[in-house]
Parts: sequence; C-alpha cells; structure tokens
Amino acid sequence: MLAAIDLTCIKRDRVLFENLNLSISTGELVYLRGPNGAGKTSLLHILTGIGQAQEGRVEFNGKAITQSDCEYFSELIYQGHKSALNSTFNALENLTFWCAQHQVPVTRERLFEVLQDQRLTGLEDVPVRFLSAGQQRRVALSRLWLKPAKLWVLDEPFTALDVQGVAHLEAHIGNHVERGGAVLMTSHQNLSERVGNTRIFDLEYRI
Amino acid sequence: MSALWVGVFKRDIALAFRQKAELTQPLMFLLMVVTLFPLGVGPGPETLQLIGPGVIWIAAILSSLLGMERLFRDDFQDGSLEQLMLSGVPLYQSVSVKVLCHWLVSFVPLLLLSPLLAMFLNLTMPMYVALIATLLLGTPLLSLVGAIAVGLTVGLQRGGLLLALLLIPVFIPLLIFATSAVDAASMQLAYSAQLAIIGAMLLLAMASAPFAIAYSLKVSQN
Repeated sequence: MLAAIDLTCIKRDRVLFENLNLSISTGELVYLRGPNGAGKTSLLHILTGIGQAQEGRVEFNGKAITQSDCEYFSELIYQGHKSALNSTFNALENLTFWCAQHQVPVTRERLFEVLQDQRLTGLEDVPVRFLSAGQQRRVALSRLWLKPAKLWVLDEPFTALDVQGVAHLEAHIGNHVERGGAVLMTSHQNLSERVGNTRIFDLEYRI
Repeated sequence: MSALWVGVFKRDIALAFRQKAELTQPLMFLLMVVTLFPLGVGPGPETLQLIGPGVIWIAAILSSLLGMERLFRDDFQDGSLEQLMLSGVPLYQSVSVKVLCHWLVSFVPLLLLSPLLAMFLNLTMPMYVALIATLLLGTPLLSLVGAIAVGLTVGLQRGGLLLALLLIPVFIPLLIFATSAVDAASMQLAYSAQLAIIGAMLLLAMASAPFAIAYSLKVSQN
C-alpha cells in the first residue's frame, strides 16, 4: 500500500538514515523501533508528506504522494506527538472542525458516541486545556474511530494513556489490521498480543 | 468547499472570538498611539492634519505586527497545522482562507474605527475618503505579506522581533504611497496613481502570496 524507496534524511549535518526502503501492505502492522534521536519521527513526517526527504520518494498504491490525483490523504490518519487539539476549543468542537477539514461526514450523535466510548462522557464541552494529559490524548485518538482511513500512522500513541486506555487502543488497532487496514507506529512500550501480528522495523542510531 | 468553510473559516472566526483579549490588543494599541500624538506634538489643527495620515498608517502597521503571529503560531505549536496539511485540501487554499479570517478580525475593526481616528486628527472629508481607500487596498496586503513572514518565523522561539525586522522594510513602499495619496487628497489633487500602485501590489500579493505562505509553512515544518 505504502512504499518508501531509497529515502535519505539529513538533519543538522547528521545522516539519520540512508537508502531506507520500507513498505507496508494491507493487513499489516509495522512497528518502528529505535532509540531516541534515531529519526523515527522524521521518517514518519517524510512518509506522511509533512517533511521532505533529501533523496528518495514515497508512493501510495504506486503513485507518488505529492501527485495531486493521489488519494493518499483520504486514506491516511496521522497522529503525531502533538495532539493537534486547540486548547480553547472543547472536544466536540475540535473533532467537528477536524472532521470538516478532512471531509469526513459526521453527526453530533456519532461524536458523542465516540467520546463516550473513550470514557469522556460529561467532558464533551469542557475546553481541552482543562482535561488531563491522558484525556486529551484520548480526544485526539478519537480520530481513529471517526475517519474511515486505511492507513494509520501513529507516533507513540500510548503516551499518557492509562492501562485501560492502552488496552482499548490496542484492541482497536488489532481490529483495524484484521479488517485489512495497515498501521505504522512507533512506541517505546512492547505491544501485547491484542494487536495481532506485527512486523518489527528497527532504526539504528547513527553518529 | 465545506472543508474550507467549516473547517477553516468558521473555526478561525470562532477561535478569534474565543480569544478576545488577543483580538482587541492591537486595536487598543492603535487607539492609544493615535490619541497620544495630539498630546505629544501639540493640538494645532494644521499640525494634526499634516501628520494625521502618517500617524494612522504607522499605527496600523505597527499594531498589525502585534497580532500577526496569531495567524499560525497556535496551530503550529499544537499540531493543528500538520493535520491541516494532511487534510487533502491544498494548503494554499486553506492558508488563503486563514489570511482572509485574519484580515476580517484584525483590520475590519480598524476600518470601522477610522472615522473616529480621522476626527481625532482633524482630517478633512476628501482626506478621509483617500485614507479609507488606501486602508481598504493596503490592509489586505499587510495580512498577505505578513503571513509569509509568520510562516517563515513560526518555528522559532520568540520570532516576534525577527518578524518586525523582516516586515517593516517590505511595508515601507506601501506606507509611502498610502500617505502620499492622502496628502494629495488634502491638496485637492488626484491620487488615483497612488491607489493604482497599491492596488497592483495587492493583486500581485493575492496571486502569489498563498503559494509562498504554503511553502514557508512547509519549510518551517522540516
């Protein structure tokens, strides 16, 4: 589904990776591992098109993701380190505007349902800055329930989540992979069996 | 279409009204500068009429710098900008809408306030007409060009001073033509040439700035 071909990334005169090849097909979970500073986030930025590689290209279903007729963005959910929630808006507003930007039709009932599923009942209209870190993360991760995308790119999605939250997300990831979705994620935690088969991709720290 | 309308326009307008303090701060600054000038240089009607257009325009430019960072700073820091880039809507379109929102919430109040300012500084009716015409053409230019600089400096800590240093030289031609138009109006001369030049600058900015803004934001993300 997604293929990275001969990627080279150089940041601040340091080569993070060279001639990196990575492909993700449907029904596959790729677990990107590596020490701090190895370039995991840089790689995810390049794969999503937020960042640019010095060399190499990224293709989605055989088409470069920079091409305008590529349907990459309607099939992609990216959740980075940053929650992408505006702290003065509440959870409902944040998700409504996000869905509008991503052209995902959504009803108010559906939003309430998803937030209830995330154990955020009663906090729907509280400005996000008053929520705890874990609750904010759960609001951000609600996107995975809202947008019907094939490929999920998650940068340390388990940060700040409690045990129950981790289990809930892992189960959702497992379901997604089983139904033919693809997931690329980084994490410093070991994944449990709930997520199903994983393919490990190691990124070394280079000096 | 609804992606731009609901996802960007309505969101930014709602956000601006949620952060009323940030919204009114540049306007208060402008009002203070314009009211202090008569006290500082003396309240003689001729003196005020002479410096009036310059004072209003300089205050408008400086106060716009105060609020300019708001355009992308929060969205950049909380990651909303990344999500906007990945929404599938071309970035130049969404930033154009963002700039439009910025102009609506920061310069339209200034335009509404301008009759009062003109009265403070004893501008005559033809001068006021020229002033409002230059403001109408010139302030969108401030938003558009300012957004490019904000896009370039948004990744920096405390980029405010750098932003001012980048933008002030770029705004000088605008300031010269705008004040010279009002001056011409005070002498009952035609000022369509100055307006045409400002208009040309605005058209050029409208055509090219959205792409430059989108590019500068992409550079800042790297």
